[in-house]
Amino acid sequence: MGKEKALIFELSQSGRVAYSLPKSDVPEATLPSELLRETPAELPEVSELDLVRHYTELSRRNHGVDNGFYPLGSCTMKYNPKVNEDVARLEGFTNIHPYQPESTVQGALQLLYELQQDLAEITGMDEVTLQPAAGAQGEWAGLMMIRAYLEKRGETNRTKVIVPDSAHGTNPASAAVAGFQTVTVKSNEKGLVDVEELKKVLGPDVAALMLTNPNTLGLFEEEIQTIAELVHEAGGLLYYDGANANAILGIARPGDMGFDVVHLNLHKTFTTPHGGGGPGAGPVGVKKELTPFLPKPIVRRSEEGRYYLDTDLPDSIGRVKGFYGNFGILVRAYAYIRTMGPDGLRKVSEQAVFNANYMMRRLEPYFDLPFPQHCKHEFVLSGKRQKKQGVRTLDIAKRLLDFGFHPPTIYFPLIVEECLMIEPTETESKETLDQFIETMIQIAREAEENPEMVQDAPHHTIVKRLDEVTAARKPVLRWQKE
Amino acid sequence: MKFRYLPMTDKDHHQMLQTIGINSVEELFSDIPKSVRFQGRLGIPEAMDEYSLLRHMKALSGKNRSTDQLVSFLGAGIYEHYIPSVVNHIIARPEFYTAYTPYQPEISQGELQAIFEFQTMICELTGMDVANASMYDGPTALAEAASLAVSVSKKQKVVISRTVHPEARAILATHAKGLGYEVVEVSHREGVTDLAELQTIADPQTAAVIVQSPNFFGNIEDLAQIEKIAHQHKGLFVVSANPLALGLLKPPGAFGADIVVGDVQPFGIPMAFGGPSCGYFATTKKYMRRIPGRIVGQTVDEEGARGFVLTLQAREQHIRRDKATSNICSNQALMALAASVYMSALGKQGIQEVATLNINKAHFAKQRLAEVPGVEAVFDQPFFNEFVIKVNRPVREVNEKLLAQGILAGYDLGQDYPELENHLLVAVTEIRTKEEIEAFAKGLEVL
Repeated sequence: MGKEKALIFELSQSGRVAYSLPKSDVPEATLPSELLRETPAELPEVSELDLVRHYTELSRRNHGVDNGFYPLGSCTMKYNPKVNEDVARLEGFTNIHPYQPESTVQGALQLLYELQQDLAEITGMDEVTLQPAAGAQGEWAGLMMIRAYLEKRGETNRTKVIVPDSAHGTNPASAAVAGFQTVTVKSNEKGLVDVEELKKVLGPDVAALMLTNPNTLGLFEEEIQTIAELVHEAGGLLYYDGANANAILGIARPGDMGFDVVHLNLHKTFTTPHGGGGPGAGPVGVKKELTPFLPKPIVRRSEEGRYYLDTDLPDSIGRVKGFYGNFGILVRAYAYIRTMGPDGLRKVSEQAVFNANYMMRRLEPYFDLPFPQHCKHEFVLSGKRQKKQGVRTLDIAKRLLDFGFHPPTIYFPLIVEECLMIEPTETESKETLDQFIETMIQIAREAEENPEMVQDAPHHTIVKRLDEVTAARKPVLRWQKE
Repeated sequence: MKFRYLPMTDKDHHQMLQTIGINSVEELFSDIPKSVRFQGRLGIPEAMDEYSLLRHMKALSGKNRSTDQLVSFLGAGIYEHYIPSVVNHIIARPEFYTAYTPYQPEISQGELQAIFEFQTMICELTGMDVANASMYDGPTALAEAASLAVSVSKKQKVVISRTVHPEARAILATHAKGLGYEVVEVSHREGVTDLAELQTIADPQTAAVIVQSPNFFGNIEDLAQIEKIAHQHKGLFVVSANPLALGLLKPPGAFGADIVVGDVQPFGIPMAFGGPSCGYFATTKKYMRRIPGRIVGQTVDEEGARGFVLTLQAREQHIRRDKATSNICSNQALMALAASVYMSALGKQGIQEVATLNINKAHFAKQRLAEVPGVEAVFDQPFFNEFVIKVNRPVREVNEKLLAQGILAGYDLGQDYPELENHLLVAVTEIRTKEEIEAFAKGLEVL
């Protein structure tokens, strides 16, 4: 494999094709010439084999879960089951149109209905919408429901959403898009929400508190009940960011913790593939008081057992996405839940948490561990010690690439200096965890004895470190024909 | 019971307990207050073995009548097109579909380059300077375009034509509520935006004028006139466009559009009950640093070799938090890849050929259906692959009768446009044959 790979445009040769279209069996029609392009769009012209080789080579320059360990914290890079890919491609699922009569899509509606039910049970909520395309869209939809609920009660003065300083960046961004101001509340020395600080910001202007539990440090908010009571007493609602739900399946449910709204990332906890950045799915569950505000339509089942799309929701926040969400992704998540069942899902969380704690304890002697209590499905280390040796967390991440590992999430959460956030997931074997641990120990040793080795990494990837500063200063965002 | 996705053995379990220094896994959960611990088992169906799962899923999918069994003239935003076999083979490569967002460029050059190529293809089709890595879908991309316009113009009124997809307008309304801007809709006249009304509604407070072309009725809007009205008061001109039509039609960029959005579902993405599809978002250099979502840029590595990275990240939520241009985090990368493979397979010639086929078939169908007694062709406008006919009875009845003959006749416009009762929106793509169109006409004749 060469270091540089030609762009598909650079492979183009006039006259080559990679398609086969039906011959026209109808008379030709023409549109007024002033509506037509003057020059054709410069799309590549390649043969089918050229095309296949191009993308095959691109795929070889990419690392996925199937290539190797991917302990990217808060992203839950677990195995994406193959059978789910197969069932999502059944023609009865792929070749149906969203506007077909309901009588012709009863199987699809049944699947959506059952998935709504399953996710409601798993999260302890009353109803679920499957419409949001991603976690961030779920957050926004959930906050819009909170807003509609408060407005219905005449509480339009509630304009603030509280987020902990350890929150995902999408939380404050989603709050802003839903028309709220965000207030940040500090974490305490244990890495948890500081209840005293929370009390200070709670008041009649607070709409909601957004919380990830376990939080982004991988820690369970032990005082969740107190927090829930305080927020509810102040007249606010509790929003659960489900990015970290892989720790709690069958163990604790957001609904039982006092949360009013929950989103889940099916592409994290429920094994749907990340696809290189999407498509995902971000269903939202709500408690009874909020069900009138759900996006429409909702799938329901009539007494006679017929499934239908209910659009009769006068207080609904409206639509958040086209049609019924990312259906193909929902099929995969459904298949996963059916594969695991209640005992399987519980084991998933137990083993995800078990793996994370094992790694944390084995790495503890070599890296700073800012929060020493048991973690949940992920944990954070600090590269402070290595920084003193001149090795940054970024360098450690790049050195891991030389060993075929995807690095952990780095420099997040923002409250931990030189942060490394590690989430092994339950689908990795102990041997894999051990290999990664040994590699991390070796890198810690290199930082002490031979820091250049780490600072200059990666050494074995197809390209070396890339100049991101110039990329942003002088953006080249497309290929141009010479 | 053993689970094939869970590799932990009893021996592992034992060793790991010792390393951690605990006696049971339960201790790891001791920080969860008892009162919020879930007692018992989740009330969901029991685990299925792989074969049973396959049977179950086949049974469920078999309850749907797919377009393998029905002849479809349904469009209205989701279309049945020819999908080259190569598309699925490429997107089924696990190096692509099991990867996350390309945060580590050294081991993500494949995805990054594929996105860079996608951005280029979208720029070529739309006639714009810059495109992002993709959006959730066309309708949400349109709403993000409105947000960008409101944000850069510091004006609070968004004007949108009623010829834009009703679902896109519904999503825009939800967004507008969130961000607190006003949306004003402009009527349609003869199947296109009423320009006289647009002229009176668009004013100095207007942040953006948004139209769709080909519009929801399939008709091509007068973008040259709309551009003048949009820019008259320094608002942004936003066009939503089916990218397949742009294989032949003059691109919105050539008409002075500031933002062009749409959905690349017609490019190699199955209908899949409406998702996942993939939105695109393209704009001018001027708004490059205000785009929502991911963007890939070209750069060099330490040895001077060309490479690609995620760039202009200072716009994004993980850096800017509540000051970000959008809360969007993921995109539809795998679907954008499907669209890229499709666009590469069809290429410069094929994209024109397939667009021409759509025009030919749709025009033939419109003429043929209008010959049926009781059927009337409405809207005498240039159109792409969709058109409207008026029938002499409720569309629901027509749809039921034709379904009995294995035909999905089209979309009932009366649902969204009370003034268009008994109007049917019909889509005809390159895969519909003359015989199928004849069968449709005959089906209408016997009504």
